[in-house]
Amino acid sequence: MSTPHDPMAEIRASFFIECEELLEALQDGLQVIEDDEADDETINVVFRAVHSIKGGAGAFSLEGLVRFAHRFETVLDLVRTGQMQVEANALKVFFQCADHLADLVRVCRDDAPLPEVRSEEILELLDALTGGPPIMQEKPGPEIDFSPKALTLDLTLGDETADAAMPFELPEPADLPPFPLADDAGEEERPGNYEITFTPSIELFETGNEPALLFRNLEALGDINVNCDASRLPALAALTPEAPHLSWQISLKTEADEAEIQSIFEFVEGLCTLEIVSTKGPDLDVEPTLSPAAIPTSMDSRFPTLPPEPESPPQITPEPSATPAPSPAASPKPAATKDKAAPNAAKSVVRVDLDRIERLVNLVGELVINQAMLSQSLEQSGLSPHSNAMNGLEEFQRLTRDIQDSVMMIRAQPVKSLFQRMSRIVRESSAAVAKDVRLRTEGETTEVDKTVIERLADPLTHIIRNAVDHGLETTSERLAAGKPAQGQVSLSAAHRSGRVVIEISDDGGGINRPKVLQIAIDKGLIPADATPSSSEIDNLLFLPGFSTATEVSDLSGRGVGMDVVRTAIQALGGRITISSDPGIGTTFSISLPLTLAVLDGMVIEVARETLVLPLNLVIETVTLTQNDVEMVRPGALVVRVRDGFVPIIDLGKELGYRDELEDLEGSVVLLIAHEDGNRAALLIDNIVDQRQVVIKGLDESLYRAPGIAAATILGDGQIALILDPSDIIAQSLNPSTARPAPMTEGMIA
Amino acid sequence: MTSSTAPALTELLTFRLADQDYALDIMSVREIRGWTRTTSLPHAPSYMCGVINLRGTVLPVMDLAERLDLPVREKSDRNVIIVVKQGETMTGLLVDAVSDIVALSPDDLQPPPEMAPGTTQGVVSALTLIDDRMIRVLDLAATVTVPESAAA
Repeated sequence: MSTPHDPMAEIRASFFIECEELLEALQDGLQVIEDDEADDETINVVFRAVHSIKGGAGAFSLEGLVRFAHRFETVLDLVRTGQMQVEANALKVFFQCADHLADLVRVCRDDAPLPEVRSEEILELLDALTGGPPIMQEKPGPEIDFSPKALTLDLTLGDETADAAMPFELPEPADLPPFPLADDAGEEERPGNYEITFTPSIELFETGNEPALLFRNLEALGDINVNCDASRLPALAALTPEAPHLSWQISLKTEADEAEIQSIFEFVEGLCTLEIVSTKGPDLDVEPTLSPAAIPTSMDSRFPTLPPEPESPPQITPEPSATPAPSPAASPKPAATKDKAAPNAAKSVVRVDLDRIERLVNLVGELVINQAMLSQSLEQSGLSPHSNAMNGLEEFQRLTRDIQDSVMMIRAQPVKSLFQRMSRIVRESSAAVAKDVRLRTEGETTEVDKTVIERLADPLTHIIRNAVDHGLETTSERLAAGKPAQGQVSLSAAHRSGRVVIEISDDGGGINRPKVLQIAIDKGLIPADATPSSSEIDNLLFLPGFSTATEVSDLSGRGVGMDVVRTAIQALGGRITISSDPGIGTTFSISLPLTLAVLDGMVIEVARETLVLPLNLVIETVTLTQNDVEMVRPGALVVRVRDGFVPIIDLGKELGYRDELEDLEGSVVLLIAHEDGNRAALLIDNIVDQRQVVIKGLDESLYRAPGIAAATILGDGQIALILDPSDIIAQSLNPSTARPAPMTEGMIA
Repeated sequence: MTSSTAPALTELLTFRLADQDYALDIMSVREIRGWTRTTSLPHAPSYMCGVINLRGTVLPVMDLAERLDLPVREKSDRNVIIVVKQGETMTGLLVDAVSDIVALSPDDLQPPPEMAPGTTQGVVSALTLIDDRMIRVLDLAATVTVPESAAA
């Protein structure tokens, strides 16, 4: 299953990708129901998502997943058919089921053992909703076997008989009673007769569909008579083994309407030519998509009819595909498709390998560099600024910028998937501390670089757990404070001036500043006589080793706290700030760059080497005068910045470019915020420029340079190194700790 | 030059380094570039010249003379960078000049004689004679992978 060219493994992989989408749709649907904005279609979307996962899982014999999905689906079907009302309690269980289903999918994907105990627990909750472990009442069929049935095709072709008879049979499960034959269905109330012409295209078989199973599902609707039309079968010598040559005529007597028949073919939509014609019966208002020529006038008796099958539940097809590939032989769409219109089906999406996008991003990076080099050399050649070449160059620059922006957009993804994960965190963590918490999300469609999204999950989880655990008061405290019993955590994302701002806020009691201050003093994080301002107290939360929980709970307060969050955010080139109003709540605001492939950099010069520093880390730049610099001891200099002293780190010396400078007069220092909240001043020769640079990864297999995060290519084609100031500062202030640079892996996105 | 296309022949790129002749399997050579200024890496070992811009990717360049403990001479425009690919890694090797491409059969190559183990010993995989000059065939994998102790 693991070789890259194993077709089954590929199908399996795409099944799991589709599962992710279906799980997202499921979450979405439940969220809409929770928000009380659901319409009739919503529950169908939810049902279909679970159903499709079950169907796909059956095809891959993922039995644990099938079992769970089936029970979940059964209950959802009760809701769908109006036999059960969704109230708050049920919805909670549904969310848990959805979460668990997501877990099961991931477990199956990784071939890990199934958490059966957890499944049972959740199924018990489900049973409690419906009062017992029911199977869909009207369609009894306990413990359905979803494994695909083998179809035995006995091809006995004579050379001269191109359209020879093709006896084929479906193996019949022995333990099930025979199904009554077609004729005694006359007692049914409103039997409609349909003639279905079904011509599969090659894609149908390529995607692993099986016509016989479709027929079996049709059979469950009523009495069925299937005839195989092999008239298009070529002579054996001309036969292409992969190409389908058969079509089937099915006459169906059923009380189901056309939409129901259509839904059986839902999974093969676009993969076959399908015509459903109502021949008689009361349902004449169903608009027939009639192609008279296609209706068989006579059935060829040489083709044996499909042996009748025992009744099996409808709509169970072992087929993961919910997004059929567009095929030129697309089936004519019937008018009655109300049951299947997905809300955002109109948006067509292409799945692209991330590697290809990476390659495109790299190429565009090259283009940008190349364009900069070209402009530089044209400018030096002394052409008139009004010459055609210069005008053309301007246009070229504009196009390059546009291309760069567009390519960056490809990597961008809506933060929705991330927010959905967070809503699960809220559900789980609020249950753990017995608080009633609701997550409000806003700006789910805001797009952020894929890598940023992936690497935001951990910090956001931490902040949200903190908000639920520490931020919100207990229910009794809330009621005492005159607030609604249900606490609220809001998560929002928005684009603001070229950056993405993500805010997490709670409507809790706000930061308990006296307590925070006391803890910081007790832990020796700040001197006992310090009188920090309110916002300085709030920022104490980011100090390493700070944890306000008086009891260490499961959720948060394991000693690794907000400092880890801040480090993670900074590694993404972002900033995090905190603001709090006593009694009203706390807000964390995270500001991030739109992409990791480009960095806002400060281009500096040290000992004639050109270097780039991430601009977001530079707090302030100071040009030194003799009076600013003080010596603590030989080799240890500090710079006076207003009332504070900041240690000077000579970048040229740290990087081994030159010896320590004797005279600092006129040099520039950059104040850098260090991880633990301290500052350091990097001594450089001068600042050259401030600009966006394209980040290029350094191959570190030969040698990993300390203090260097990545590289970039400047307009003259030369490579400039991008510094990792935290690493340099840590090395300089504490030379024994040679630690890996935290920025490195992320920046080589 | 390659009069015969017998599959047993290996083609080698020969080059000069400190007045000696060396060779590399041509299959591992991606391209040959003229000398460009490298951006040096801080605290890098002496054999690491730095990095150059190879059409938008950052290519580490190794001074092969330093790596093989040969006398190092002044860099000039006449130096050449041979871009090689070992596994998934591309590396530039700075040499004095590229000489020729020769096709040799395995019989022409003889293993280097057993000598006292030294740093350069493992990187020469075979010796051969062409026009009375001894050519040292380098083992590329050993050349571009540096033992941890030497890299520190």
